[in-house]
Amino acid sequence: MMKTVYTHPKSLKKAVFHYCPGCGHSIAHRLICEVIDEMGLRDKVIGIPPPGCSVFAYNYFDVDMAECAHGRGAAVATGIKRAFPGSVVFTYQGDGDLAAIGTAETIHAANRGENVTTIFINNAVYGMTGGQMAPTTLHGMKTTTSPYGRDRLLEGHPIRMSEILAMLDGVAYIERVAVNSPANIRKAKKAIAKAFQVQLDGRGFAMVEILSPCPTNWRMTPVKAWEWVDEEMTEIFPLGVFKDITEKKGAD
Amino acid sequence: MTKVLMDGNSAIGEAAIRAGCQCYFGYPITPQNELTEYMATHLSRRKGCSFVQAESEIAAINMVYGASVVGARTMTSSSSPGISLKQEGISYLAACELPAVIVNMQRGGPGLGSISAAQSDYFQATRGGGHGDYRTIVLGPSSVQELADLTMRAFDLAEKYKIPVIILGDGVLGQMKEPVEFSREAPAVPSVREGALRGCGGHPSRIVKTFTSNPAELEEINWSLFRRYALIKKEETTYETFMLDDARLVVVAYGIAARIAKGAIKNVRAEGLKVGLMRPITLWPFPDEPLREMAKQVKQYLVFEMNMGQMLEDVQLALSGQGETAFYGRPGGVVPTPSEVARVISRLYYQKGLK
Repeated sequence: MMKTVYTHPKSLKKAVFHYCPGCGHSIAHRLICEVIDEMGLRDKVIGIPPPGCSVFAYNYFDVDMAECAHGRGAAVATGIKRAFPGSVVFTYQGDGDLAAIGTAETIHAANRGENVTTIFINNAVYGMTGGQMAPTTLHGMKTTTSPYGRDRLLEGHPIRMSEILAMLDGVAYIERVAVNSPANIRKAKKAIAKAFQVQLDGRGFAMVEILSPCPTNWRMTPVKAWEWVDEEMTEIFPLGVFKDITEKKGAD
Repeated sequence: MTKVLMDGNSAIGEAAIRAGCQCYFGYPITPQNELTEYMATHLSRRKGCSFVQAESEIAAINMVYGASVVGARTMTSSSSPGISLKQEGISYLAACELPAVIVNMQRGGPGLGSISAAQSDYFQATRGGGHGDYRTIVLGPSSVQELADLTMRAFDLAEKYKIPVIILGDGVLGQMKEPVEFSREAPAVPSVREGALRGCGGHPSRIVKTFTSNPAELEEINWSLFRRYALIKKEETTYETFMLDDARLVVVAYGIAARIAKGAIKNVRAEGLKVGLMRPITLWPFPDEPLREMAKQVKQYLVFEMNMGQMLEDVQLALSGQGETAFYGRPGGVVPTPSEVARVISRLYYQKGLK
């Protein structure tokens, strides 16, 4: 008896990723596509890619996609879901997008308990624009706009969006995962599936924060970048579930 | 159908619902709050409809974007400072060829300005307003009845040409009450625009996007937009004339200023001055050809606006030197009286020896 252990997801186009070697985007893309296929959602999914490296997400996702302005994913998702409640909506957002320019949209969509799924790619840096400081840049980390290292007195602190959003009553599920090892990748996929299931069940806002390596802008080899996620990033951004109302059935 | 007494802001809301508006997204700002409140009361519980008080005007216009992506008739409203915040979203709507209705009940500016009526957002509205090469259809109502009629027309134009449409009203129009009649009944169920994103079941997946790394592709998108704009200009330009037949001087004014000008013209007509009115209803596309045609008969024009002279430039471009233009304006939210404007008209009339 043969068992299928690998197929190309139907929701993933057969295109070569433009992402750099060791980048987490392509892994995250694939995981989302696998989940969409396995949950049978493809026909009603509408994805919202951001400006940034993943602006070309629509070259890879074989589902309906609507690009939006930087930071506005949660507002656009709100409009889509309100106008078309039968859709399954996900936003795909980076740290500059979700945690800087789009903080207000994110917090308020979450607080309203919009039934949408957010995939938050945290790589601690602005990728496509060339490695500038992000709101999630670590203390002391050198970027093109924090060339002397992020100074807590001048540039403040890495912002923890999962922890902040978990405080809001409209939020159903928040988990922070990473895509830097096979074990973590498997956990990330489970989290993504849960974040879609929460939406299908109409329980409220769900987000998966993915710690994602950016070897190019971190000035590291892919192998070193994957290690750096464990050694440095998880110190500030610990992995785990920050909110899950599905654990107490009917209690919300 | 019977007439009802309504304030202008509420009349827009009722007209929007009857035009099939499914989703409204707004943020409070004076002097348009009655519209947001009307939608909260009358749209939010309608079957299949949605109302969201957004966290900002930026969020509201992006919710409009989302609703339009999936084919809903959708609108937002604000007043001048809030409309500035919406420009990002309007640019994206224009780029993605998405229908939407945006109401600007203008107030005095610049900055936080005043909450009194003004017309100082004419440039912003008629020149695109946000970044990039694009236009929106801009409608300039001058009565509560016309607010209702043009709101319905705005939804139809938006759908027909896949373009954002701006209703450029003002604080006075929104606040004043007049009898109004609605020409249609609200649809029982919201319609879904053909070709909207609804998931890829049964057909290949689709993309709504604006970004391209290929300038040639983007150039063609711009050309394509402007071919449509040329068609809109040809098909949809509208204006009203008043007492024009024997006129030696024509006042050009839109919106509430045109209403004031009409009163002024009646005053000076009573004294035997031959003065008429040209009132653009579509501010973009601007009725430049009718004005050029008019210039064969009438050489003297007075542009009257509640700003420092914005539509004035469109009138001068339209006339291309074939007529002489004078300007009278009051900025900052000051609303002149008909007798004040009548004095300006009379002075110009005698100065130019038209008597």
